[in-house]
Amino acid sequence: MNPLLTLQDQLNRRIFLNRSAGGLGLAALASLMGSPVRGESPTKSIPIGQPGLPHFTPKAKRVIYLFQSGAPSQMDLFDPKPKLADRRGEDLPDSIRQGQRLTTMTSGQAKFPVAPSMFKFQQHGNSGMWFSEIMPHMSQLADDWCQIRTLNTEAINHDPAITFAQTGSQLAGRPSIGSWMGYGLGSENQDLPAYVVLTSFGSGRPDDQPLYDRLWSAGFLPSRHQGVKFRNKGDAVLYLSDPPGVDRDARRGTLDRLKALNGLRHQQLHDPEIQTRIAQYEMAFRMQSSVPDLLNLANEPKHVLESYGPDVTRPGSYAANCLLARRLAERDVRFVQLFHMGWDHHGGLPNAIRGQCKDTDQATAALINDLKQRDLFKDTLIVWGGEFGRTVYSQGNLSETDYGRDHHPRCFTILLAGAGIKGGTVWGETDDYCYNIVRDGVHVHDLNATIMHLLGIDHTRLTYRFQGRDFRLTDIHGDVVRGILA
Amino acid sequence: MFRRAICRTLFVSFLALTGFFYCQTAWAAPPVNFNRDIRPLLSDTCFQCHGPDEQQRKGGLRLDRTEWSQVKGDSGALAVVPQKPEESELLLRLISSDPSEQMPPPNSGKSLTKPQIELIRRWIAEGAGTTGHWAFTPLVRPAVPNHSASVAIHNPIDQFVVDRLLREGLKPARRADLATLVRRVSLDLTGLPPTPEEMDAVLFNASPNAYEKFVDRLLDSPRYGEHMAQAWLDIARYADSNGFQIDSSRQMWPWREWVINAYNRNLPFDQFTIDQLAGDLIPNAKPDQIVATGFNRNHRLNGEGGLIAEEWRVETVIDRVETTGLTWLGLTFNCCRCHDHKYDPVTQKEFYRLFAFFNNVPESGTLQGESRNTDPVLSVPTAEQQTRLDALAGEIQAAEKRAEEAAKELPALVTAWEPDFRKQLTESPEAWRLLEPTGVKSLGGATLTRQPDATWLASGTNPARDTYEVTGPLKPGLLSGLLLDALPDASLPAQSVGRYPNGNYVLSRVEIEIASPKLAAPLKPKFTKAVADYSQNGWDIGNVLGTDRARGWAPDGPTKKEPRKAMFLLEAAVEIPADATLTVRLYHEAIDQHNIGRFRLSTTSLPPASVTLEGAKYPEAIRAIVELEPTKRNAEQKAELEKYFRATVDSPVRRADSQVASLKQELQELPKSFPNVMVMKEGPPRETKVLIRGQYDKPGEVVTAGLPAVLPTLPEGAPLNRLGLAQWMVSKSHPLTARVWVNRAWERFFGTGLVKSSENFGSQADFPSHPELLDWLASEFMQPTVVRFVNLDRARPWDMKAFHKLIVTSATYRQESTADASLFERDPENRLLARGPRFRLPAETLRDQALAVSGLLQEKVGGPSVRPYMPDGVWDETSRYGDLLNYRPDPQTGLYRRTLYTIWKRTAAPPSMLLFDAPSREVCTVRRSRTNTPLQALSLLNEITYVEAARKLAERMLREGGATTADRLKYGFRLTTGRPPSPEELEILSSGLEADHDRYAKNPDQAQKLVSFGESKPPAGIDVVDLAAWTLTANTLLNLDEVTTRE
Repeated sequence: MNPLLTLQDQLNRRIFLNRSAGGLGLAALASLMGSPVRGESPTKSIPIGQPGLPHFTPKAKRVIYLFQSGAPSQMDLFDPKPKLADRRGEDLPDSIRQGQRLTTMTSGQAKFPVAPSMFKFQQHGNSGMWFSEIMPHMSQLADDWCQIRTLNTEAINHDPAITFAQTGSQLAGRPSIGSWMGYGLGSENQDLPAYVVLTSFGSGRPDDQPLYDRLWSAGFLPSRHQGVKFRNKGDAVLYLSDPPGVDRDARRGTLDRLKALNGLRHQQLHDPEIQTRIAQYEMAFRMQSSVPDLLNLANEPKHVLESYGPDVTRPGSYAANCLLARRLAERDVRFVQLFHMGWDHHGGLPNAIRGQCKDTDQATAALINDLKQRDLFKDTLIVWGGEFGRTVYSQGNLSETDYGRDHHPRCFTILLAGAGIKGGTVWGETDDYCYNIVRDGVHVHDLNATIMHLLGIDHTRLTYRFQGRDFRLTDIHGDVVRGILA
Repeated sequence: MFRRAICRTLFVSFLALTGFFYCQTAWAAPPVNFNRDIRPLLSDTCFQCHGPDEQQRKGGLRLDRTEWSQVKGDSGALAVVPQKPEESELLLRLISSDPSEQMPPPNSGKSLTKPQIELIRRWIAEGAGTTGHWAFTPLVRPAVPNHSASVAIHNPIDQFVVDRLLREGLKPARRADLATLVRRVSLDLTGLPPTPEEMDAVLFNASPNAYEKFVDRLLDSPRYGEHMAQAWLDIARYADSNGFQIDSSRQMWPWREWVINAYNRNLPFDQFTIDQLAGDLIPNAKPDQIVATGFNRNHRLNGEGGLIAEEWRVETVIDRVETTGLTWLGLTFNCCRCHDHKYDPVTQKEFYRLFAFFNNVPESGTLQGESRNTDPVLSVPTAEQQTRLDALAGEIQAAEKRAEEAAKELPALVTAWEPDFRKQLTESPEAWRLLEPTGVKSLGGATLTRQPDATWLASGTNPARDTYEVTGPLKPGLLSGLLLDALPDASLPAQSVGRYPNGNYVLSRVEIEIASPKLAAPLKPKFTKAVADYSQNGWDIGNVLGTDRARGWAPDGPTKKEPRKAMFLLEAAVEIPADATLTVRLYHEAIDQHNIGRFRLSTTSLPPASVTLEGAKYPEAIRAIVELEPTKRNAEQKAELEKYFRATVDSPVRRADSQVASLKQELQELPKSFPNVMVMKEGPPRETKVLIRGQYDKPGEVVTAGLPAVLPTLPEGAPLNRLGLAQWMVSKSHPLTARVWVNRAWERFFGTGLVKSSENFGSQADFPSHPELLDWLASEFMQPTVVRFVNLDRARPWDMKAFHKLIVTSATYRQESTADASLFERDPENRLLARGPRFRLPAETLRDQALAVSGLLQEKVGGPSVRPYMPDGVWDETSRYGDLLNYRPDPQTGLYRRTLYTIWKRTAAPPSMLLFDAPSREVCTVRRSRTNTPLQALSLLNEITYVEAARKLAERMLREGGATTADRLKYGFRLTTGRPPSPEELEILSSGLEADHDRYAKNPDQAQKLVSFGESKPPAGIDVVDLAAWTLTANTLLNLDEVTTRE
């Protein structure tokens, strides 16, 4: 039985969508949160996002965004400042600070002692890209990465900054980047969400920083576009399991009855919404097998598991999430976002950042290698980065083996790799103190515009009318960073 | 420069706006209406460069002004020449093919379609008639249309709707059957389905106004206020947490309770508005009115380490301006924080003039403590506390009367007591008698050694939380107190008094126990008074009497290395029998290793009031009086002695007095436990400045409080403060407030507002589907003429209940929601109202309905938030901050309260609410999307709440539904849908039931598992296989489209 593929039904669906999504037109039919109705066939169908999208041929079919929450220290990982070794402990010159605002965690400090990184840097690959010694695996992929050393943001505290990175606004209420992509492009997979979120606590600072629903919220977009956060405990997707004592047969029986009774109702009322509901229940039933199938690692070869490191077997670890990200990419999930917490190193940075790198370095590299193995690297965009950077001066005491760093929004480094990215590129330059941008600054809006560009979207043309205004992810800003594109 | 692609959006909105008007009736080509057809095109396409924003204006041309003879750009050409399209520069530019002339400019991303340009041409040709933006024009009550069509008309709403339908060549649908209607209106007004009894009371009532009477009953139900309040919580961004990074708990439920009560007592909307915006400024405001101002304290509060307070205080004030603007005016001010509005005539300066109204709250802008309310706050008693408060006054009076009676015996009592007292005075016994212990133990394993001065010195191990247990013989007689001497010692850390490395100790508790062969059980009297010669700041001796083990008495051992004394007194002396032993326990539970270093104990038998740390205390004056012959004492002396007796010696009088004292103390203490709530308060005025680009650290020009020029001025006599602002909102001349409110009311009953963009009434708003009806309703809301009675009360201005009644008694509302497929296709959103409204129930109502039909619902109104079932880890998987962690569902009743009482943490909101389109409550949300997703199906099928409800519904069907399977199925069907099943439906259900029954009969273990899901237990002795099969039937019923939808 496949009555829902008829033209008439497509029409009905348009009507339904117009109605239920507040007159959006063909709103993201294919996001799981409101996938188009299909028959029982498990094959892929055409994604239905906004008409006219993508605006041009995309380089990337999907994104894996490895968000490093808490703000990794750029000068301890990617942006070496060898000249600072001689200035150790000196007060940060006013000519560098230029009166810029500081958080109240350090604005009261009597001195701002320069803290050179205690880690050794080395060049890697043909490109000679610099990496710190605590990234032994990611550095091996130097010729795949593009380092943007001049990312900058507007917020100076975690909550507004991470909200800004995710939604293009420091304040609550705007859709997250993944929701925008699901809305615009729809889904390539009918049995999984278009936007999946995976979270992990870090070992560098095990209690920091909290995450918020709003980071994957659909904001003012219809709520079907909100990211589906896979849970690390219980059902990965909320309420996925049948209740105790209800087996698959029993569940099928319930659904058959529902279908029959709802079908009768539709014959009387003619409301197309009823057909949609029938279809959503069927899709829920299919998800009850597609999600466990996704999570079942039984068929992963041992060498693959091992490549991600020992944490891969611990559910909810960054490594396990990286492997899951690859499995989601294989299934054409549009936007996969990891959030790894624990990068907020105000004190005890050397120790804490080692922990964070231990969590993430090997698994990140393994993910890229694994994608390459499966020929997914060419059309998957990988983003690695946090919400801001850290100060060159030490927060609190500076000693031979210990220092801390406060928040620094003026410049920080993020990494990109994969679809459409010119590997081995270092973009932008910061001053000797890694405090100000010398050339080629990239604003968060520019980064988001670039991500959208790689997905075939002109960021100025994906808009949504809310409260009388056409909103964009990039507000009224954003320039695609063309210099990093392949 | 905005660069947006809006051609598609424009095209879509063009269809949406004008489709019904023209596509359907192209043959008629009615005159072009500027407000409906032309202004939206100009607003969307032209205003960005030719609108209110002066900074962005190009070519000196402003098109949001419509005195066309004045509208020309720098070129001097008139934009519009009425009746002469070919001379109108506006049109010429639109049709120009020269890229340098063409408008909108080719690179703007904007364009107009040919039909749109044609529309503009026709409008100019027809004379370029204009009016101001419809929402800003003053309200004039339109005449009610009259027509002779033979369709049901219940009130003027229907006249307007039918008038439009006839013009569209349509007819209204039939009236829905009464059962459908009863369920519809119950769900709409109370958020709960009707019970079968309520249903029958209407269905079998022959009276022609049975439906109307039922509506009155619903409006009178406390459930009404709860349901209305639910929607207000989204608007008010209500939550139980502070939001932002820490997202710790706050307490705003007294405000929520105010809202529920306000709806239930039908507070008129004007007062509802004034109380919430400015209740604190009303002269002689009642506490209740101040609680109402919690509305504008429901915003989030940031407490992140390192933040700059002023940055977040400014955000708070901006949140208030935006929320207030959106809630009452339907205007979005948020663009104006940075620049003049692009579409609406509101300047950035005007935004900061509004800002000034909300800028004087004495607040820091950041979270005050991690987990409590932030000033300004107000404490208000709960209903129970108020009852106790009221009762206390009477009890105190009665106790005082008893004490007065008892006091009449004073002379006799004094005479009887004097000989003993005199003896006491002359013998002058030692006030504090050293307790010579027979046993002294450290329960933590320290060594306690007796010193020559009878003190005990601790040495050896210093355990984390030591307890000293001292036992010794007690003389028969009285015991009224205990003295503790703590002494420094050279062997102790810092040569001080405590064992902690810095020389300190913290005593957390002192317990005594009196045992004797003469006693059946040991006595454990409680100390009621504690005095020390010194207490370290924050570690008062009084803590030893409290229940908080983390607090106690500390002597500041690190700096004060000197002997300390503390005494602990009983309320009244206790009688000590012969051969008694006393056991004293000194606890050190507050901080690790803070144990006393060297100590001794003494006891006293003196009346508690006569004892001091130094010994007995007999005032000289009293001694002198007692030494006088009683006959020689004057009245004053007698009175003095009585007073002394009364205050210090145990007697019926003193007992009566202490009762009075304890009641008075309760009266004094009770308010300290009143819940507090954050409220608005006017502090010293702050200077308000325009913030350049909206940034807190870029102040510009100074401004004063004031209103946007496009809107009316303050009503006469209104003060220029928040109170005046509130009065202005609800002044009769305000064009927006009533329109916005009635539209929102319409939206709740019909699914879509007459103005679809209920969140925006500005220039970019959707044109109303029924503009005259909107204006009539707004006028009627402010000044009722039609609905005369709700429960025999005359409808008042701004009467919310009366207005809701007006809507639900209209024929328009009562139509059936069935229609031909062709009508669904023609008017998918039902904007023309040729059928009844049909849409999925809101998140909260879905859950409440399941609880109601299963009989689980707990109907208590108000109170603190509760914790129903929630999957493990929702709070903890993404945060280890704040105090909202480690969620545990409440036992019993908290599981089954209405959903508006569910605890709401903003950064991790109740997940099933989010699945069904609830907002996060971080910012004001006036309209929810309404989606239909597989995750919703999973929730309704599998979530413990719904599965348990299904089982309880199954129990009801079995218990109350009758004897046969068919009867039971019919009963369950009716409970959930409100109607009896058709034979076909019955057949589907019964064959399914049979299959489930067979399945569970083969596998009773599975049945047992299913019926054991949830905290409530199935009745003892019930057939588990039966119940499991029926549970799946109930699960099916609760998932029916018809049940999740209000038909």
